[in-house]
Amino acid sequence: MINEIISMNGYGSYVWSAFSFTLLSFTSLYFLTKSQLIKEQSRFVSKFGSLTKEKARVAKSQNINKEILSNTYKV
Amino acid sequence: MYKYFSINKLFSITSKAPKYVLFILIIVLSVGLTEALYLSPEDYKQGHSVRIMYVHVPSAWISLGIFSIIALLSVGSFIFKNKNFSIISKSLAPSGFIFNIIALVTGSIWGKPTWGTWWAWDARITSMLILALFYGMYLLAWRVFEDKEQVIKITSIIAILGVINVPIIKFSVDWWNTLHQTASVNVLSNTSIHTSMLIPLGIMTAAFVLFSLLIFLMKYNTELIKIKNKGLDRL
Repeated sequence: MINEIISMNGYGSYVWSAFSFTLLSFTSLYFLTKSQLIKEQSRFVSKFGSLTKEKARVAKSQNINKEILSNTYKV
Repeated sequence: MYKYFSINKLFSITSKAPKYVLFILIIVLSVGLTEALYLSPEDYKQGHSVRIMYVHVPSAWISLGIFSIIALLSVGSFIFKNKNFSIISKSLAPSGFIFNIIALVTGSIWGKPTWGTWWAWDARITSMLILALFYGMYLLAWRVFEDKEQVIKITSIIAILGVINVPIIKFSVDWWNTLHQTASVNVLSNTSIHTSMLIPLGIMTAAFVLFSLLIFLMKYNTELIKIKNKGLDRL
């Protein structure tokens, strides 16, 4: 039965290569996008850490900045 | 209308959503793959090679759909001058491009056992290749041009010009004599595909939509954080 699923009456190489290419494209794009997101989040955190107290207070008054800090590395 | 597209409001949703979307995607994709590779029947003419349809067709549909949305948002950004439209468009483009490439590659793989060739310069395949070139130009423009106003204008023009190709892709099989078969799934008229194949096709389409949503959300968050990084520099 396993052999039947793999060979698919001679069409196995076509079917499996099409599905493998699709899943490989999915995983590549997912990890590429995730690494870009993590890079930007780390840049944001390090920039935020280098702000003076006054500037950090101003930056924290924006909700979106608080959201970014709270969601870092949780994706 | 603007309040629904405010960056603060959208970010509070998009920053939390990816983990839930990923969870649902894994479940739907697992069911879809089981249906597509094992449970669905083989075709009486094409045999098991018909299973390639379950990745080829949803990819083509989604790449066309995403490009149409990008073009619509580009028109919107011209009319409403809302920069968030261009951020949404930019975030949608990578998954649209990948689906276009998947449609071309899996179509080529499917072509070998059914038509006896990997590639044919017929109207449907060539117009899909042209769409991939438009996607490529669109993504490249975002990388090449530095000026914000200029890049929004250029990418919008590329999207609006490229969308002319979308109806050509859709109707190419009716307008010209092509190797590619005519549409089997129709919204407005009868669908010629059996339910046993239509169900896995629907599940795989849902999984692919979820994947493009996941990539969109992650990319959109990245773009917003980039903007906020520039904001911190200006403080």
